[in-house]
Amino acid sequence: MNEEIIVSGRNNPFIDPVLQIWHWQIPLYLFLGGLAAGILFFAALYRIMGKEEQYPTAVKKAPLIVPILLVFGLIALFLDLKHKPFFWQLYTTIKLQSPMSWGAWVLMAITPLSFIYAALNIKEVFPLWDWKFQWLKNFEKFSGKYIVQLSWAIMILSLILGVYTGILFSAFNARPLWNTSILGPLFLASGLSTGAVTIMLMSKNARERKLFARIDLLMIAIELFLIVHMFMGFLASTQVQIDAANLFLGGPYTAPFWIFVVSLGLVIPALLEILEIRKYHIPAIVPAVLVLFGGIMLRFIFAFAGQTSRWLY
Amino acid sequence: MRYAMAVDTKKCVGCSDCVVACQTENNVPIGYCREWVVEVLDGTYPQLEMEIRSERCNHCENSPCVRCCPTGASHYSDGGIVLVNEKKCIGCGACITSCPYDARYTHPNGYVDKCTFCIHRIHDGLKPACAAVCPTKCIYFGDLEDPGSEVSEILKKRKHKTLIPEAGTKPQLYFLI
Repeated sequence: MNEEIIVSGRNNPFIDPVLQIWHWQIPLYLFLGGLAAGILFFAALYRIMGKEEQYPTAVKKAPLIVPILLVFGLIALFLDLKHKPFFWQLYTTIKLQSPMSWGAWVLMAITPLSFIYAALNIKEVFPLWDWKFQWLKNFEKFSGKYIVQLSWAIMILSLILGVYTGILFSAFNARPLWNTSILGPLFLASGLSTGAVTIMLMSKNARERKLFARIDLLMIAIELFLIVHMFMGFLASTQVQIDAANLFLGGPYTAPFWIFVVSLGLVIPALLEILEIRKYHIPAIVPAVLVLFGGIMLRFIFAFAGQTSRWLY
Repeated sequence: MRYAMAVDTKKCVGCSDCVVACQTENNVPIGYCREWVVEVLDGTYPQLEMEIRSERCNHCENSPCVRCCPTGASHYSDGGIVLVNEKKCIGCGACITSCPYDARYTHPNGYVDKCTFCIHRIHDGLKPACAAVCPTKCIYFGDLEDPGSEVSEILKKRKHKTLIPEAGTKPQLYFLI
């Protein structure tokens, strides 16, 4: 028998009996941030490659929703703070060891850039759009000259944003489930995948849809590869990480993870996209919604399961 | 200076006086605690072993909470004591998540709160409240860099351990075994 109990009584809210300090806000933000990063990456990439005519949805239309996604993500992040009047303290410090600090700065940089990029393309969707003020028209003309440089900045920042959503978790060695460097690439791949299906969903161009279905297939393959590697790494590691892996291999998160994330979110949409490429007619909305759902579930399950994994007691 | 604490698990009876003293001294809000007592029971009857530990923040030398705090609110103070500056804290919860000992909590006023080794008492030349009040005198406190301090003396004489040193935090709360 080995029994370890807190006899003086410890019942700190959100800490005991298991940590639950992060609720829906953080995983929702991680999803929105990853999705925004995915859309911006493909927009900037094909803009730099000069393919705005072949892939108009990716380059011009899809980025219009990014500012909305980022603003909702920022609202979620703000709602998560418990000492809200002091939120501005984030922008008085740059601390490279703290992923949350540089993540906040990356968001501070990419959000205005995404607004500028969306503004430059708004006439594609609303041809009658009028800026009303002369200075806004001048600003549009000015930033229009630097669209390639802007795209480069957005492409690099979007990769950092995408990978940061995973590194935020992996930097915590106190939570063995999160403490794996695979989470960075896994969340980036998932972000790119959700971005690709959103473009696929919005596109009316058959060639473009096919391209993004293929990109999504590649991302799903990478995600499955990373998930397998993550479990191999956990099971070959220390006891606490074996326990963390067991949350998904027989523990309380087994069913949600393998059903919602792996089956519905990765394997089934991949099969549907393969059928689509093989000329079967599959409505794009089915795989797209499944991938987006899987992306949300991946973040929620990791956020909640990770908080229950621990070293002591 | 390197403040540290040693708890004698052979002398501690688990009375929780330290917990109450801490709550009173530091005005800890009702329903919260900065320190707690753990009882470990090991073995099968009649070969049973019991260990009682009075636990709190480990004031780690390599604190994950200080590292991951995005604003610098969590910081090292005199003698390596880990403190939270409530005027800088945004209540993001990163430090709470990063602590393998679960030693922090969110104060009802929004900022994060934790054991301070009673730094206000140390500045007055007193021991932390938990050490001062302990009826079996099983809590030793002092400066590890001073070879004559209470805690240095006892750690020289007795076998000791720290909690999950493998987490790499270099904890400064020692348990005499």
